[in-house]
Amino acid sequence: MNWINNYVRPRINSIFSRREVPENLWSKCDECGTMLFHRELSDNLNVCTQCGHHMAISPRDRFAGLFDGGIFVEIDVPQPVTDPLGFKDQKKYPDRMKAAQKKTDEKEAMLIAEGDIGRTPIVAAAQDFSFLGGSMGMYVGNAIIAAAERAVELKRPLILFSAAGGARMQEGILSLVQMPRTTVAVQMLKEANLPYIVVLTHPTTGGVTASYAMLGDVQIAEPNALICFAGPRVIEQTIRETLPEGFQRAEYLLDHGMLDRVTPRTELREELITIVRMLMKKSPAIKGDLPAPGAQFDDTPA
Amino acid sequence: MTHYLDFEKPLAEIEGKAEELRAMARQNEDMDIEDEAKALDRKAEQLLKELYQTLTPWRKCQIARHPERPHCQDYIDALFTEFTPLAGDRNFADDHAVLGGLARFNDTPVIVIGHEKGNDTKSRIERNFGMARPEGYRKAIRLMEMADKFGLPVVTLVDTPGAYPGKGAEERGQSEAIARCTEKCLQLGVPLVSVIIGEGGSGGAVAFATANRVAMLEHSVYSVISPEGCASILWKDAEKMREAAEALRLTAQDLNKLGVCDHVIAEPVGGAHRDRAATIEAVKNAISGMLADMANSKPKALIQDRRKKFLDMGSKGLAA
Repeated sequence: MNWINNYVRPRINSIFSRREVPENLWSKCDECGTMLFHRELSDNLNVCTQCGHHMAISPRDRFAGLFDGGIFVEIDVPQPVTDPLGFKDQKKYPDRMKAAQKKTDEKEAMLIAEGDIGRTPIVAAAQDFSFLGGSMGMYVGNAIIAAAERAVELKRPLILFSAAGGARMQEGILSLVQMPRTTVAVQMLKEANLPYIVVLTHPTTGGVTASYAMLGDVQIAEPNALICFAGPRVIEQTIRETLPEGFQRAEYLLDHGMLDRVTPRTELREELITIVRMLMKKSPAIKGDLPAPGAQFDDTPA
Repeated sequence: MTHYLDFEKPLAEIEGKAEELRAMARQNEDMDIEDEAKALDRKAEQLLKELYQTLTPWRKCQIARHPERPHCQDYIDALFTEFTPLAGDRNFADDHAVLGGLARFNDTPVIVIGHEKGNDTKSRIERNFGMARPEGYRKAIRLMEMADKFGLPVVTLVDTPGAYPGKGAEERGQSEAIARCTEKCLQLGVPLVSVIIGEGGSGGAVAFATANRVAMLEHSVYSVISPEGCASILWKDAEKMREAAEALRLTAQDLNKLGVCDHVIAEPVGGAHRDRAATIEAVKNAISGMLADMANSKPKALIQDRRKKFLDMGSKGLAA
């Protein structure tokens, strides 16, 4: 019995427990329900390999896939006053912030960085929907201003990936005034004749859509992304009728003339390189494997 | 017939009694009720003062939305001469929720733009309750460009529950229109002054109020979201609007502390609607003062001033 107890049972247990797959190894596609192996999914930039559905991607993972060799340098964002209004609903705002920071392992809802894409120097900003719905408060405003200032300083284009439920209510009017504040940032780029490219990702709504996310020189959206000012539920409640299929989705906006392009995430990097290089009057990008980042390469037109 | 707000019920009773007494006296000449009626008047006046001295943020929202509150058209009629409405966005339609055109203010030609809510069922529907569609912002952009071209100051009067959440408005680019209007405000080489006369609702308001100077009437409000909307999202209960109004800090007084509003315009006791003429006069003085401040500013300086105002905004929070 000892042999069974001490050896066989644990062996059997370990075999069975091994079959209990740790949760984080597999993800289920929100759309088609296919189980996707995590490495396969992240290699495909969180796009379902079966149905092409675009799942959320963190700014850090997006940058890792965007920049040459996954190398980028974060740009510091001036820290605004925390909890400027002393806001409390059912929870205190600082508690909501702490929970979001713990959940995402990020400081706030936007990450800004500089680096190269296809050996083209850029500044990039990406919004994090998993951080309090990507909501735009003073930090996000400061981040966009800092990104624009850095782009102007380095004479680089700014590529911004938007994702937000809108303004951050817990900062009240100070979230609303991020609309003009971020518009000033866009103007800085325009005055310096630097490209400002917006990639609208799922979802981009409210005050974010009604400010910097709609002011790009080129407006690209990821497939099926919800892009709107007022959300579909609000509209249905107001007009009391069902909305058409695909309403406020990227393809619908493209049809209505509100976007330049709808591009799958897996093709986005190449497209951004192509567009940015043309706008910056650089020679065409060289296709194929690139030398390691940091390698000297003269790409200015002759 | 005065429209009483829910918290004014006790006042309605007293004023109603005084009115009843006077009506009785009119029918019966022998009755001497004047002393009694006057006592009631004094009591009502006292109560009104008390009620309005300690208004909660939610009550201020109610006053800001008061149906008898002077609206954009009232200010235009009283404060501007030769008002010449200019219509249309040259793309799709004319938005009746937004009034705009050439006018003279103290004899100086200006462009005036504002949200109009309407005063009765018919005009409210026509004005879409002051909720602009993309065409409204695009009309405003067009008028601002005209102002810039001819060097005319721009005065905006803000009074909107927010941008209209409709199917067509979304299809025609509500967000883009608001973003471009805010952008246009920031590009103007002429003075831009804004008065929030009632409700400053979210993006619909900021698109007109990205100004060099922003004044607010004492009982007007300006917020990122309506208290009801905020309550339904954060409290999961739209009935918690009182708490939400409190938390959002949407009163003119709080916004003044936050540096979002430069100037609070005092209202008569009992709110703007109880003495429209006095309110309109106070707004006139505020606009005159703000425009005079910038009378000699050069276009570049005006643009820089506006930018800096917004870049610096909120850097200290309420603690400032």
